[in-house]
Amino acid sequence: MAHELPFIAAIDEAIRLEMERDDTVLYFGQNMATTENEPYVDAFGKDRVRVTPISETAEIGMAIGAAMAGFRPVVELYMAEFMLVAMDQVINEAPRFRAMSGGQVKVPLVLKAGFGFTAGWAGQHTGTIGAMFMGVPGLKVVMPSTAADAKGLMATAIRDDNPVVYLHHYLLTLEHGEVPDGEYLVPFGEAAIRREGSDVTIVATGWTVDRALGAAEQLASEGIQVEVIDPRTLAPLDTHTILESVDKTGRLVLVDQATRHASAATVIAGEVAEHGFSSLKAPIVQVTALDATIPYSEPLEAWVMPNEDKIVAAVQRVVGAAPVTA
Amino acid sequence: MSAPVELDRDRLVWMYEQMLRIREFEERVKRTFIEHPGVIRGHTHLADGAEASIVGSIATLGPQDQFFATYRCHGYPLARGTDPKAMMAEIYGRKDGLCKGIGGSMHLADPSNGFLGTSGIVAAGIPHATGAAWAAQIRGQGQVVLCFFGDGASKQGAFSESLNIASLWKLPIVYVMENNGYNVHTRTEQEDANRAHGEDLSVKARAFSMPGVTIDGRDPIVVYETVGAAVARARSGEGPTLVESQMYRLSAHGNIIAPPGVPLHFPEHEAIEKFGAPEEYEAALQGDPVPAFRGRLVADGALTADEADTIAARVRDEMQAAVTFGLESPFPAVESALEFVYA
Repeated sequence: MAHELPFIAAIDEAIRLEMERDDTVLYFGQNMATTENEPYVDAFGKDRVRVTPISETAEIGMAIGAAMAGFRPVVELYMAEFMLVAMDQVINEAPRFRAMSGGQVKVPLVLKAGFGFTAGWAGQHTGTIGAMFMGVPGLKVVMPSTAADAKGLMATAIRDDNPVVYLHHYLLTLEHGEVPDGEYLVPFGEAAIRREGSDVTIVATGWTVDRALGAAEQLASEGIQVEVIDPRTLAPLDTHTILESVDKTGRLVLVDQATRHASAATVIAGEVAEHGFSSLKAPIVQVTALDATIPYSEPLEAWVMPNEDKIVAAVQRVVGAAPVTA
Repeated sequence: MSAPVELDRDRLVWMYEQMLRIREFEERVKRTFIEHPGVIRGHTHLADGAEASIVGSIATLGPQDQFFATYRCHGYPLARGTDPKAMMAEIYGRKDGLCKGIGGSMHLADPSNGFLGTSGIVAAGIPHATGAAWAAQIRGQGQVVLCFFGDGASKQGAFSESLNIASLWKLPIVYVMENNGYNVHTRTEQEDANRAHGEDLSVKARAFSMPGVTIDGRDPIVVYETVGAAVARARSGEGPTLVESQMYRLSAHGNIIAPPGVPLHFPEHEAIEKFGAPEEYEAALQGDPVPAFRGRLVADGALTADEADTIAARVRDEMQAAVTFGLESPFPAVESALEFVYA
């Protein structure tokens, strides 16, 4: 059985179910649990649900300490960029202890953060910074694009014994979707094929998955059959599914809201260039954000972002319907 | 601490007009959400309630002095002489905006007026201001830097790290902590150890061996005298001061946070919307610094009621012109998004 939920409520449902299931799961962050009648406080009490000051280094550092001491903290960070305040804790602390202790300790925590809020949030609150974390050994990176995955990946993130950066796209917040009832887990490292096709493979993440599906629909009317793959987790990355698809289609377009050299797209392009070169009939094309600090003004913001038209044009290029240019 | 320059009648009236200009500007920003839906995007934060603190502080600065603020940054440049037309155009994302439409409401900058740049990340501006104060110390021309931030920011590492260095190096800076009782939607006593123990937040200065003082930030003269003395101290090379300026934010933290397609507006203040304490908000309105200062100037004979009305009419016209200018300014060319990535 399933029920319909907005994306953000699906995440919430997973956290609640995991907190009910496992009383070592903690949930804390800024501007939550400030009144007695908030549902989480009511359900789980103020030992497990707590408001913090604006202190990301302490919030994330304390999550690491509590995790090492046997709990499973979920830190509510709101904006992905707020993790940058505590970059050491995220990149050089949480993922290191497992290895440095020779496997003696584990650091099971979830850093829940929204990202990509290109709705006029300008230069410091709109970034797509997931790829920054995907090359850090010990860290897992989750980026759901549907409400069902948002729920299933959060549940898996909380049960995972490693630090997980859980990135939910702010533009998807109110997008509704069917969500399975009750316990629902989506495994890490398994891409979803959102649409099957034989001519071109598109790999897209987060909010760009729906843009890619829109482009695929448009291209189908031109007789171009596009396969759309959503990796769902950037780390671990399911290169197997991507390579299998490229083997079938011979053409690859990568869509990513990040700037080009800070994108997951570039990492995937490298993997396919190395391991799928003989399958490729055309150069890989990447559709990313332009290399700019996201501008406030609406037309400028739209101009630097990937969109359906840019994806369509990229697919037309790789099938030879439009000239390939650098 | 030495006393700042005595305020004469003209200066007091100037201060009142600046307070009113800030209030009127912020009212126009707020009204834009209703009167011109979609024109303002993202997240906007208003300074209503902070006018006395802003103007009393900015009034202490000399022409070469500099200041840094937070995402709640509209008030300071207005008091400093920045053109409200350019500010409104920026908040509307237009070509004639102060930052060419690229920065928006949270990132105003006007270096020609000593306003070097605004971070939207809580407490990030504190080290920036401290660095500018270091530059001023090296230059040795007697410049001072004012660093504005909220009570919430004082729980970031950047606050403690910066104040320690400023005190250690005797930097020419004054830290003005605007305590409006709330960090976003959280009350100060829920997130601040000093407040929770019944102490003022200025006690934090003790940890850094610098003077710390708590004042009524709704009284522009008290603010002027306190910040002025701290500025004089900083200018004379004696080092930084922490001023906790207490006030009440009269609008909600910001407009609602919503994805595109949901019309944006300003909700009720958190005291009403979240904590079910409308009496708290009503009491704050009774202490509104703008009408209070007007009443005081009229009672003291510094201003007649007619003169006050004339000022109000002038300010209304000025801010209406800012709105009109902002609405009529075109959007920037899209390519300008790439123009300022590198210097």
